[in-house]
Amino acid sequence: MTPEKMTDPKSTGGHLPGYLATQRNDRWWIEPLLTGLGFALFVAYSTWAAFQGAHYWAGSYLSPFYSPLLFIDPSVPGAAPIEHAWFGLWPDSLRAIWPSWLPISPAFLILAGPLGFRGTCYYYRKFYYRAYFSSPPGCGIEGARKGKYRGETGLFLIQNLHRYTLYVAIAYIVILYYDAYHSFFRDGEVGVGVGSIVLLINPTLLSFYTLGCHSFRHLIGGRLNCFSCNAVAEMSHGGWKKASGLNRRHMMWAWISLVWVGFTDFYVRMVSMGIWQDWNTWG
Amino acid sequence: MSQRNFKIWRGDADGGEFKDYSVECGEGMVVLDAIHRIQTEHSGDLAVRWNCKAGKCGSCSMEIDGKPKLSCMTRLSDYQPEKTVTVQPIKAFPIIRDLVSDVSWNYEQNKRIHPFQPDESSSEKGLVMHQKDVDRVQEFRKCIECFLCQDVCHVLRDHEKHDEFVGPKFMIRLAGLEMHPADTADRIASIREDFGSGLCNITRCCTDVCPEHIVITDNAIIPLKERVVDRYYDPVAWLLGKLFGGRKKKPVDAIEPTKTIRV
Repeated sequence: MTPEKMTDPKSTGGHLPGYLATQRNDRWWIEPLLTGLGFALFVAYSTWAAFQGAHYWAGSYLSPFYSPLLFIDPSVPGAAPIEHAWFGLWPDSLRAIWPSWLPISPAFLILAGPLGFRGTCYYYRKFYYRAYFSSPPGCGIEGARKGKYRGETGLFLIQNLHRYTLYVAIAYIVILYYDAYHSFFRDGEVGVGVGSIVLLINPTLLSFYTLGCHSFRHLIGGRLNCFSCNAVAEMSHGGWKKASGLNRRHMMWAWISLVWVGFTDFYVRMVSMGIWQDWNTWG
Repeated sequence: MSQRNFKIWRGDADGGEFKDYSVECGEGMVVLDAIHRIQTEHSGDLAVRWNCKAGKCGSCSMEIDGKPKLSCMTRLSDYQPEKTVTVQPIKAFPIIRDLVSDVSWNYEQNKRIHPFQPDESSSEKGLVMHQKDVDRVQEFRKCIECFLCQDVCHVLRDHEKHDEFVGPKFMIRLAGLEMHPADTADRIASIREDFGSGLCNITRCCTDVCPEHIVITDNAIIPLKERVVDRYYDPVAWLLGKLFGGRKKKPVDAIEPTKTIRV
């Protein structure tokens, strides 16, 4: 049963139709504007950083935009030593098929992982449906594509792959913790620098974001109907409660971890270029 | 006491217009108080639905300065005294008159949902639930059926997909049943196909407007979407469910609207 279609403004209680039509007089547009600009800024910076293909390594610090390092071209400035590459030098076969307009940068091989996770994240979906797709731009604000809306049943069916990207994101966190661990060693000597702390904070914030993810919360226990039925379910309930605690601040962790991962690359880049001095115990 | 200005939509399904009113308002008054004063002093035939005046009956839903709200819980002190307050009926449903909309579509949707189907074998000793199992579904029972979430949902409000999407209010009812440890009905296929879980793009407006602060999106809709993923988009979860999980064995579809059922 469908209520009678309401297209005549006179019969819609003063709700005039049209894109962005609303009776709201508060600054509803600030949130989508700021989040839209903030994320665009991050995308612009990370794209620029990936295009550099250089200055991603400083002492024992590896930029998260370049981790895991699959292949290395040691001739570029600020490149990691060859032993840090998982598979050694860039193979000629890969160079042969690499697009000519794209710099040979290890970042391009791995950025799809975190991008896929954030791109299908339930929080980011809210933000970019509002900020970039006007679907809707705000609560009670008429959006775009009236009559053509398919939600997440058409093109956006791809959002259902979120849990696979979660598995990838968890693997990345393990790798980033490994990078952070290695940042405390330089030439066989244990030490600590500002960069080590920056690199250690990065996967920690990413963990708070990832382990509060809605898919993780579902898989760890939310999928169950009975939390009290057996010992495994009881344990799952404990995990579900912890994930729910992080989930309540999912938006906050999403933004903090996003900013920090960008800052971590920036810090490593600045130290690698010699613009910033890293305070550390190695001298 | 100070004079405050209101712009209230007056009319019915055939048409109408905004009319301006000015009334004395005092400290602690809510928008519904002002509407009652307008009824008393200016327009006795102004139609408004209300009952408890305590934010618990869900009757006085309307749009105040474009935001879906309970008028009995909206203080006038939240609005600048010199600004005119605009009051309209909710948008997602047909207007009966003035500030009163016909929300009967929602009751029809409720009838489409199969009621609780407990395990027959456990009925002798009665249903025993542990608190940790109750906690999650208890939140959904706070719903006062104000339909503000239905009104603000752009799938219904702007795209008018009433035939395809049941709306957030009934997503929480479905979630409460689907997650219930004693319910035996398998509702996943129905949630996806009959009730349109895929049409929600989780922009969270329903959660933002809920006067009972039910976290509709994160605690009801997204968990249901994840269960749909288990069934249709994750072969590993589907296989594990087939082999080890799922005591819900009775698939149920939506009930045809014409069929009368006990709820």
